[in-house]
Amino acid sequence: MNKPVSPDELITDEDGPLYAPRKKVYPQSVSGRFRSIKWRLMAVCLGVYYLLPFVRWNRGLGAPDQAVLIDFPNRRFYFFFIELWPQEIYYFTGLLVLAALALFLMNALGGRIWCGYLCPQTVWTDLFYAVERLVEGDRRAQIKADAGPMTAKRAGRRVLKHAIWLMIAWWTGGAWVLYFADAPTLVRDLATFQAPAIAYVWIAILTASTYLLAGYMREQVCVYMCPWPRIQAALTDEWALNVTYKYDRGEPRCSVKKAFDIRALGEKAGDCIDCNQCVAVCPTGIDIRDGAQLGCIQCGLCIDACDAVMTKVSRGTGLIGYDNDINVQRRIAGKEEVFKPVRARTVVYAGLITVVCAVMLYALMSRTLLDVNVLHDRNPIAVRLSDGATRNGYTLRFLNKRGFDRVIAIDIDGPPEAKLHVIGADSVTPDRPMIVLGRDATTELRVLVTAPFDEKAEKSVPVTFRITDVGLGEVASATDHFVLP
Amino acid sequence: MSEHNEIDHVSGRSTTGHEWDGIKELNTPLPRWWVLTFYATIIWAIGYWVVYPAWPLVSGYTTGLFQYSTRASVATDLADLEKLRGEKMAVLGNASLADIEKDPALLALARARGKTVFADNCAPCHGSGGAGAKGFPNLNDDDWLWGGSLDQIMQTIQFGARSGHAKTHEGQMLAFGRDGILKKDEIVTVANYVRSLSGLSTAPKFDAAAGKKLFTENCTSCHGDNGKGNPELGAPNLTDQIWLYGSDEETLVETITNGRAGVMPAWVGRLDPVTVKALTVYVHSLGGGK
Repeated sequence: MNKPVSPDELITDEDGPLYAPRKKVYPQSVSGRFRSIKWRLMAVCLGVYYLLPFVRWNRGLGAPDQAVLIDFPNRRFYFFFIELWPQEIYYFTGLLVLAALALFLMNALGGRIWCGYLCPQTVWTDLFYAVERLVEGDRRAQIKADAGPMTAKRAGRRVLKHAIWLMIAWWTGGAWVLYFADAPTLVRDLATFQAPAIAYVWIAILTASTYLLAGYMREQVCVYMCPWPRIQAALTDEWALNVTYKYDRGEPRCSVKKAFDIRALGEKAGDCIDCNQCVAVCPTGIDIRDGAQLGCIQCGLCIDACDAVMTKVSRGTGLIGYDNDINVQRRIAGKEEVFKPVRARTVVYAGLITVVCAVMLYALMSRTLLDVNVLHDRNPIAVRLSDGATRNGYTLRFLNKRGFDRVIAIDIDGPPEAKLHVIGADSVTPDRPMIVLGRDATTELRVLVTAPFDEKAEKSVPVTFRITDVGLGEVASATDHFVLP
Repeated sequence: MSEHNEIDHVSGRSTTGHEWDGIKELNTPLPRWWVLTFYATIIWAIGYWVVYPAWPLVSGYTTGLFQYSTRASVATDLADLEKLRGEKMAVLGNASLADIEKDPALLALARARGKTVFADNCAPCHGSGGAGAKGFPNLNDDDWLWGGSLDQIMQTIQFGARSGHAKTHEGQMLAFGRDGILKKDEIVTVANYVRSLSGLSTAPKFDAAAGKKLFTENCTSCHGDNGKGNPELGAPNLTDQIWLYGSDEETLVETITNGRAGVMPAWVGRLDPVTVKALTVYVHSLGGGK
């Protein structure tokens, strides 16, 4: 498809340019199947992002009632019915693993679905392009205006465009900080300039990044900055469906009239009429007819553009569509198309996703809301008492993940006739100390285990600390060792 | 660099001139904004040299316009910490020792503070966990030379033992051998008698009656009639399983011959009263406190 270039088109500077001037992309508006899918996905993604902080979720008195909240000062993450502690960060690891596998699976099935429809860079850039077209007109009007002189009308439109962009960017930054504090309160504080400085700083940072990334850097983020196109190219295979120009059908390109003449002679004419609509609508400014390439985010807009043209010239739609090179070659060879969505690669990805999901679900369901950890004293490891008895000291840390205070009793299962003493605990019964655990917090206590002198005692025996919620009956335990001096 | 003029005829772009197995690399230049950002970072770095400490000089360094120093910021942080501590320590200062042990929050605060102070001041002799060493009591056990109640512990921390302070604990183990009070064979007999008090084995030819007589004549004034000791004088209980210097005959003979007079310094004046309080609660909560 690449034609040799004539010498006068060549770049002929001596050492090559130091930088490449960016060619501004003016994507034309388009409508069709993929465009409407993209509008809907944009509405869902942005709707969730902007409105989620305002969703309420009742967790009882004293606990935040925000459905999704990252509470850094108190080291808690709330997600609807889930409340996570910092030590449970592995759930996020699991989510990241899932995200990566889902990305791989999407790639194996339908190419860069993430890039084309879901990536924030794509979604916000798409929104900014829409604003640009709304204010400054469609592709042609913009190209014409940029080529002409700066008029008052044009300047006014430009100001309006940047104002709307900044509003969206500011709203984006504003929504971000709402995930880290009670949203309604923070909105009120922000409006009355009572909010903490860090909130304004973050809003400013994200306003700037949104404005720059979606307003100016746009497709350059995908082409120069993002690692995924590189990784994607390494992870794909020949069966993956990608947005493809079916050159078996499209070539040789010729005008409608010429094609009519050629076909009248009984020779093959391509369906591509070289109208360049696929290039005009492309948000990254590439020509899909050059084949799969790094700059293509596979948003499907060229499919919509081409389908509209093909309908007008009464040729079948789908000259550009989700396809792969295997099928192009098979059609050229006169064979039937073959699609293999189920193959080793996709099965493995889907299997791994299922396994990780199952593990995470199990971990979440079997998660304990009462727990205890034990740490044996290091120095001294054991203490001999005046009557010959042996005492070991331990530090117990209790975790109460429930939203209310509760009373727990501590029992031990260790050396024969061992006695338990908790420093600072009210012992209701001599051997069964009870303590109060504050709600949604950890409590650390020092405990002593004393075993009477026994000539036949082993040098080291396991000792288990079992804690029981007196009210709910929940149980947790931790095991360490009881050693002799 | 004539290769740089070379043009790849398929893409129409210049090549870098690098060639691997006949494949040449296209020259794909960076976008303008990238290059400008790179230059901006260099200018930013120069700004850093101006405002922050940057260049070493012969006897110092360029301090920068902001006069920033990590040392000064640590000093500020420490001052802030002391201020924060001051507020919390005031609460400790107003509570009685017994009340501190009853209140979980105060107990945790006192233990946290006490642990730090212990590590800074007490650990060199008593060990980081208070396990002690020969001649330096283990603070985890239930045997106390000068008493193990909260008040007694605080008294000992404040004024020490044989520290020279006016209110210090006094009392000494006499050098029965060196000062000629007892003869060598008598000392061996007493040593064996002392061992028998806590059920330890004695020498084959040990005369228990003679030992008891010698013990009654020389030792009971401090250690008591039955050898249970006396915390007023710092005289240890000789009937239990805990030995500060050791329970073997040789060590006991040495103890009786030369006496013992371990010193605990007085901490009053070196540690402020609230810190002493926290330290008392910490030591008491190690496990041996009565």
